Amino acid sequence: MSSNGQVSGEFFLSGDEACAEGALAAGCRFFAGYPITPATEIAEHMSERLPEVGGTYIQMEDELASMAAVLGAAWGGAKAMTATSGPGFSLMMENIGLGVMLETPCVVVDIQRAGPSTGLPTLTGQGDMMQARWGSHGPYSIIALSPSSPQEIFDLTIKAFNLSEKYRVPVLLMSEEAIGHMYEKVMIPPWEKIEVYPRRKPKVPPQEYLPFVPDDDMVPPMAIAGEGFKFHVTGLTHDERGYPVMTPEAQDKLVRRLVDKIEKNRADIIEVEENGIDGAEVVVCSYGISARVSAIAIEKARASGIRVGLLRLITAWPFPTERVREVARNIKTFIVPEINYGQMVFEVERAAAGRAETVLVPHMGGAVHDPQTILDAIKQAVK
Amino acid sequence: MKTTEMTTLGAHPLDEYLRLDRLPHIWCPGCGLGTALGALLKAVGKSGLDIDKTVMVSGIGCTGRAAGYVKLDSFHVTHGRALPFGTGLKLANPDLKVIVFSGDGDLAAIGGNHLIHTARRNIDMTVVCVNNFTYGMTGGQMGPTTPEKGRSTTSRKGNIEQPFNIPRLVAAAGAVYVARWTTIHLRQMERSFIEALQKKGFSLVEIISPCPTYYGRMNEQATGLDQMRYYRYNSVVKHGAPLDTVDITLGGQIVVGKFLDIEKPYLPQKINGHGR
Ligand SMILES: Cc1ncc(C[n+]2csc(CCOP(=O)(O)OP(=O)(O)O)c2C)c(N)n1
Ligand code: SF4
Ligand SMILES: [Mg+2]
Repeated sequence: MSSNGQVSGEFFLSGDEACAEGALAAGCRFFAGYPITPATEIAEHMSERLPEVGGTYIQMEDELASMAAVLGAAWGGAKAMTATSGPGFSLMMENIGLGVMLETPCVVVDIQRAGPSTGLPTLTGQGDMMQARWGSHGPYSIIALSPSSPQEIFDLTIKAFNLSEKYRVPVLLMSEEAIGHMYEKVMIPPWEKIEVYPRRKPKVPPQEYLPFVPDDDMVPPMAIAGEGFKFHVTGLTHDERGYPVMTPEAQDKLVRRLVDKIEKNRADIIEVEENGIDGAEVVVCSYGISARVSAIAIEKARASGIRVGLLRLITAWPFPTERVREVARNIKTFIVPEINYGQMVFEVERAAAGRAETVLVPHMGGAVHDPQTILDAIKQAVK
Repeated sequence: MKTTEMTTLGAHPLDEYLRLDRLPHIWCPGCGLGTALGALLKAVGKSGLDIDKTVMVSGIGCTGRAAGYVKLDSFHVTHGRALPFGTGLKLANPDLKVIVFSGDGDLAAIGGNHLIHTARRNIDMTVVCVNNFTYGMTGGQMGPTTPEKGRSTTSRKGNIEQPFNIPRLVAAAGAVYVARWTTIHLRQMERSFIEALQKKGFSLVEIISPCPTYYGRMNEQATGLDQMRYYRYNSVVKHGAPLDTVDITLGGQIVVGKFLDIEKPYLPQKINGHGR
């Protein structure tokens, strides 16, 4: 470690630790959280490391407060993050909605465990994927990423910060206990080699600044508190001045932009990994740890001569509808393994729009799939 | 002509602190909120604070609308979360002076857990809690400060719960400065605001304030004036009063004054870096 707290090189890290290091490398200087298995190690790591890089760690009284503090810190000028698991994620929904409305860049990490409710606190799950998309009230769009290894959680945490700054939206990093507690080699590049998206500062003097006049990509520049802009922001429906306007017209204009700034920039945001899709008869569409387990089943299926590909969702939200639809044209079946009783599978089905059959391989949580169950589904599909 | 008369009135001394393009405000005639906000803004002017670094955070409620009227960096956030939002602002940017201006329901009911924990951490911020004994914005329901027997739209026969004594609560939780005034105590209120703004650590000033539209009307004080008259004849100034003696009862005495002014370590302790 260098004297200014920078860390680079090759390390043997857990996914949770890699996530924390990714955040620091991305410029995160504020963390507010509340301990919860299996995300606690992120908070522990941040509490130790943030002071070394001149940042602030605070343990709040609950996840409602954690999320509120993260938003406050972002408006105070810091890149800010929190990390939690299902029960805390539910509590954060309130202020994730405020983050969407105030267009506040920040990162929320959910190391998913098996639910509902307290469920299996120490065991893995993927049951929060729809909550990530729709968990807060009202119409909105959001960005959610899904890493499949400790290295990727490091990389995607940086990407999450960059997307949040670029689109001024909370970005959700949807991982799982299985990755959070997995130890693997993680390469941390020198920080100066890491691309970091800076805060979109106003380009006009304070007297001319209106907080919600968007740039061409529909995202407005953001003033921070204490620099003389004297701006007002509110969770109420507002106009370009940030002032409340209680009309359906103002609501229409605002909500369309909040959603469109994500949906119309899908091509820039969405990332998937593909393997052996050309000429495949069956494609396994999965994400996170389940995509990794699927790779084992795919290898075995290929060994027995089945033409099967992998479509891995790195971006879960916005959902890569266009690509899934395209793939659906040329295959017979999508196999969708996930550690829940069906969530992302509904999106695959919607995108496939009847062009390909969609088969869920569910797991209720507490463990990853036995690859054999996925292999069986692949074999069944080509029968 | 009416409009001409309005314009010839000229500038108000508080104009520089108000978003004039947002007026008129939404508050009812006889409401105490304008009085409390006016006194606070005067105090901000006299306190010597750097106005560019002074920010206001409000939660939801009639009181919560205050953030939308002040010409400061100001945040109107979710119900009850002004304190943790303000905590994030202050810790990420210690140069800021954070003022939280919110209602009794916002701060002591839905935000009650944040209230005690922000006081416990002794976060360097100033809280103005406007206590009108009710949820004004939602139409006068009972809340955590409604006195026993106090009537509201959800306690028509009288409240059967014990209310919070807010000064006692936050003092026990760790605040360093606690005062209470009613909206009749304009000068005292302003002086307390100045002291609170200059204090290092968690300071809270409770302002007992009329809500003639709901609480007053339902409890035999139909107008703002009736409520002010009640404050005038029933409040007693007792600086340093033991906090277990400042409970508020229906129709009883209101003990006001500066109850606590002490020094303690506070957060944030040292300057932290900002985002890259
Ligand atoms: C989560 C949530 N629950 C309920 C409400 C509805 N609500 C709006 S204001 C309010 C009460 C405000 O009371 P108080 O803080 O005392 O403010 P006042 O209006 O009396 O000034 C409530 C319950 C809300 N906005 N959000
Ligand atoms: S309802 Fe009560 S608190 Fe709200 S503005 Fe009217 S008088 Fe004031
Ligand atoms: Mg109230």
